Amino acid sequence: MAAKAQTLDAPLPRPTLGGARKGARGVVLKVGAEGGRPGGLEPTELERRLLEIGFVEGARFELIHEGLFGRDPIAVKLDDMTVALRRREAASVLVLLDGEAEETEFAEAAE
Amino acid sequence: MSVAVASQTFRVALVGAPNCGKTALFNALTGSRQKVANYAGVTVERKEGALTTPAGRPVNVLDLPGTYSLRARSPDEVVTRDAVLGRLEGETEPDAIVCVADSTSLRVVLRLLLELKSVGRPIVLALNMYDIAERQGIAIDLPKLQSMLGVPIVTTVATRKRGMDHLLAQVDEVLRTETAPPHAPPWSEPSAADVRALYRETERILKACVKPPQHPDTWTGRFDRVLLHPVWGLLILFVVLFTMFQAVSWVKPLQDLMTAGFDWTSAQIDAHMAAGWLRSLLTDGIISGVGSVIVFVPQIMTLFLFIIVLEDLGYMARAAFLMDKLMGGAGLHGRAFIPLLSSFACAIPGIMSARVIDDKRDRLTTILVAPLMTCSARIPVYTLIIYAFIPAHTLWGFVSEQGLVMFGLYFTGIVSALLVAFVIRKVFWRGLSEPFLMQLPAYKTPEPLNVARGVLLRGQIFLKRAGTTILSMMLLVWALSSIPLAPKGAPGPAIDYSFAGMIGHALEPIFAPVGFSWQMAVALIPGLAAREVAVGALGTVYAVGNGGENTGALSNVLAHHWSLASALAFLAWYVFAPQCMATLAVVKRETNSWRWPIIMFAYMMTLAYAAAFVTYHVAHAFGA
Repeated sequence: MAAKAQTLDAPLPRPTLGGARKGARGVVLKVGAEGGRPGGLEPTELERRLLEIGFVEGARFELIHEGLFGRDPIAVKLDDMTVALRRREAASVLVLLDGEAEETEFAEAAE
Repeated sequence: MSVAVASQTFRVALVGAPNCGKTALFNALTGSRQKVANYAGVTVERKEGALTTPAGRPVNVLDLPGTYSLRARSPDEVVTRDAVLGRLEGETEPDAIVCVADSTSLRVVLRLLLELKSVGRPIVLALNMYDIAERQGIAIDLPKLQSMLGVPIVTTVATRKRGMDHLLAQVDEVLRTETAPPHAPPWSEPSAADVRALYRETERILKACVKPPQHPDTWTGRFDRVLLHPVWGLLILFVVLFTMFQAVSWVKPLQDLMTAGFDWTSAQIDAHMAAGWLRSLLTDGIISGVGSVIVFVPQIMTLFLFIIVLEDLGYMARAAFLMDKLMGGAGLHGRAFIPLLSSFACAIPGIMSARVIDDKRDRLTTILVAPLMTCSARIPVYTLIIYAFIPAHTLWGFVSEQGLVMFGLYFTGIVSALLVAFVIRKVFWRGLSEPFLMQLPAYKTPEPLNVARGVLLRGQIFLKRAGTTILSMMLLVWALSSIPLAPKGAPGPAIDYSFAGMIGHALEPIFAPVGFSWQMAVALIPGLAAREVAVGALGTVYAVGNGGENTGALSNVLAHHWSLASALAFLAWYVFAPQCMATLAVVKRETNSWRWPIIMFAYMMTLAYAAAFVTYHVAHAFGA
C-alpha cells in the first residue's frame, strides 16, 4: 500500500475524518485522543463514545453527506451503518484514505 | 431467587442499541398488557408488560431505553444500566436479558452483547428484522454464531410477530437452566482498551459467521441523497413541519365538537340543578376548567401522530442532522430539535423527551427554553385577543392580517427560545459542548399498529394529567375565584369579591405600567393552572355568559374595554409568561431540584414583563 510511506516518525499531518470531503472513502486508522479540536469532550471520553458507536480501527468508511452550513455536520457510512457527527469530533478520527493518501492531503492543503 | 416457586414472576429485560426494533418487539410480546410507569413517553420511561411463557412462567418484560453501552451518559441510558445491574430502587436485577439486535447491522450490538455478558445474567439474543437481513442476502451462520457468542439465538420479525414463540421458549429455557444465582459480578466501566478488545472479538466472530449482504439496501441511500441534501433536505424538512402544523388545525372541527359537548353538559347541569356552590363547582370549576384542556387532545394526538410516524420512518434522526448547525448556533444540541418540536403541542412532553439528550447542560438548556415554544394552550388566548383587536383585513389578496399576527407570535416564541439558549450557553456554560453523534437508521415503513399504540399512549398520558394535575389546580382556582361569596345583590361580578379578586386588585399597581387593568390581572391567576383557562376567567370577570366558550361575544366586550396597546401587551405577556404550573412541576421532577423551575419562572416572568412593558409603551406612542 502506498500509505506505508507514512511512517509514524514522519511529521506529516495525517488526514482526519474531520477534514475529509464528501465522497472520501477509506479505513479508520486511529480513534484517539490527539488530533481533536478544543471545546469538546474530554479526549478519552470522546474516544470511548466514538468507539462505542462504531468508529473502530480498521472500519471502512465513506463520507456520504455534508451539512449546508460549513459542510457540517457530516454523515459517514461506517461498515454496516450510517453515523452522523460534527467535524469537530470527527477530527479525532485519523483515517487512511483510499488511493494515494498523500495526494488527498495536497488537495486539502491547496484549498 | 432460583427456587422456581409457582407464583414467582420472572423479570426479563429488553436491551439493545437504538433503532433495533426493540419497542416493536416489546409490543409484539406484550400486546396491550403494558403498563407505563408514571406518564412518560414511549422509549424514555420504563415500560413493563406481563406475559406467560409457553412453559407457564409468568414474566414481566421491561422495555429499556436503547443504548450502545452500559457506560451510561444520558438519563435514559442510566435507567438501562441500573435496571440491568439491579441498581434501581426497590428492584432486583432481571432474571434474564433479551438482547435485541438489528440483524442488518450487527457489529455495534454484538459488542454490546459481549459487554452484557460480563454482567452475569442469562442472555438470549434476538436477531430482529431478520426478514430484512434475508432479503438483503446477509448470510448468518446461526449455529456457529450461537456457539461463538455462547448465548442462545432466536430470529425474529417483531413487526410481523414472527419468532415470538420461539423467543419465549428460549427465555423459558434460560430461566429453567439457571441454577445458583451467579456471584454478584462487579461490573465496571469498560475503558477504551476494553471496548477495542470487545470489537476485536466481535470482528473475529463476524468474520467467521456473517457474510456481507448480496443486495444491500440501496433505498436508504437513494432517499438520503434527496432528504439529506444540503438545500433540498432543508426545504423538505420545512415543508414537513409546515404540513404538520397545518394538520394540527385540520382537527379544529373535532375540537369544536368537543367544546360544544362540554357546553351542552354545562347547560344541562345549569338547567337541572339549583344555583349554588355545587353547581358552580361542577360547571365553572370542573367542566369548563378540565374541559378546556381536554379539547386539546385531538391536536396533541395529531401532533404526536406526525412525530411518531417520522420517528418510525427514521426521519427524525435526519431532521436532527439537518438542524444541528442551526441549533448549534444557538448553543443547542441537534437532538434538542425533537423536544422543541413536541413543545409546540405542549411543553410537558417536550420537556420529558429532552431525556434523549446525553449531556446534562444541553438537556437543561433545552428544558429551560422549551416553554417558549408556542404550545397549543396559548392558541385559545391568542385567538381571542387577535379576533377582538386585529381587523379581518387581507394583505396582498391572500395573507390575512390575523394569521400574520398569529404567525408573528409563533415566530417570536421560536426566536426568543433560540436567543435565550444562546445566552444560557454563552453566560453560564461556556466552552464545553456535547458531541453530536448519532446513528442514521435505515428507513423503514412505520407499522400502523405500533403508531396507533404510540399515539393512544400519548393521549392517555395527557388525559391522565388533565385528570390529576389540572383538575386539582382548577379546583384551587375555582375556590380562589368563588370564595368568599359575593354579598347578595352586589353590583359587579362575584369574582370581584373573591380571593382572586383581592389578589387581582393587589397586583393592579404592579401591572399598571404594562397597561393591564385589574380584570386582566385577575385573569392571569387562573391562567396559572393552564394558560387557556385565562379565556374562561376573562369571561367570568366581565360577567359574560359562557365567556369561555362564546369567544365571539367576549371578543366584543374586550374590544370595548381594552385599548389596542393593552391587548398587544397582553399578547406579548403570553408569549413569555410562565403561565403553567404543570410545566414548572414537570421541570422540578425532571431536574430533581427546585432550582431550575425557579430560574425558569424568574427569567420567563422578567421577559414577559419587559416584553409587555415595551409593547404597551411603543404601541401607546403610536397612538394605539
